Amino acid sequence: MIYFLQTNINTTDASSYLPVALQVAFAVGLVIFLTVVTHLLGPKRKTSDKLQNFASGIESHGDARQPMAIKYFLTAILFVLFDVEVIFFYPYAVNFKGLGWDGFWAVLMFVGFFLCGFTYILKKGALKWED
Amino acid sequence: MNITQILFWFLSVVALFSALMVITNKNPVYSVLWLIVTFFAISGHYILLNAQFLAIVNIIVYAGAIMVLFLFVIMLMNLNKETEPQKNRWLRMAGAVAGGCLLLVLVAALKDTDIKQQQAMVNGGSIGLIKNLGKELFTTYVVPFEISSILFLSAMVGAVVIGKKE
Repeated sequence: MIYFLQTNINTTDASSYLPVALQVAFAVGLVIFLTVVTHLLGPKRKTSDKLQNFASGIESHGDARQPMAIKYFLTAILFVLFDVEVIFFYPYAVNFKGLGWDGFWAVLMFVGFFLCGFTYILKKGALKWED
Repeated sequence: MNITQILFWFLSVVALFSALMVITNKNPVYSVLWLIVTFFAISGHYILLNAQFLAIVNIIVYAGAIMVLFLFVIMLMNLNKETEPQKNRWLRMAGAVAGGCLLLVLVAALKDTDIKQQQAMVNGGSIGLIKNLGKELFTTYVVPFEISSILFLSAMVGAVVIGKKE
């Protein structure tokens, strides 16, 4: 195993993801292990106060099945759009020198369109929280 | 069976099982969680095909961002037990027929293509690497790249127009 980890420095191969896969497996395994162990080892004293839903310290009321404001969704969907914009920067950053000015103008135009949208969002006050 | 085949079958089983769990679960929040497992399995398939950029983007955008939107949509809806709409049997039958038709069209379309003669390059090939992909994207496909920014612009305007009350 150590041999595989040390020899696979060739990053153009799918097998170079073995360390990443090991790390993911370790992370998932640790979470499952700790969850199971706490359930097995931890003491259980079930009182009605302890079995209440945790609502950050305040008295819990109603249930969680209540429709929430659309403001959260609007912020989230705008976040996703800018998230995808940043994704396009990764291949550009790797090829930054090789593409030269042509690539720069292409990305500048791309960002320009996004800035148009961003000013539209700000002008419309879509990110303003208080109505 | 070498390690690539074992990984392929393992990921396929995980993807199919979690996809089935998505559509059979009664609780929509559990469906979303199983969908995240499906995305991770598909990302594993991308890595096996050496499409590393696609695999990471699939996790960042789909498992990270789009799933949050799905959860928000579930939270926006009123999912109390009393208000849950009762689907009758004819509606379910119509859904099954419509889904079957889509499956039929997909299978027929895949049968006629020449995709099955081409073997997928496993564990090698360099087109999925971020450097080659970026080179193609910013030279050959630079016009679709710019058009995609207009698509994002229209998505922003649409989200603001629909979501913001005047």
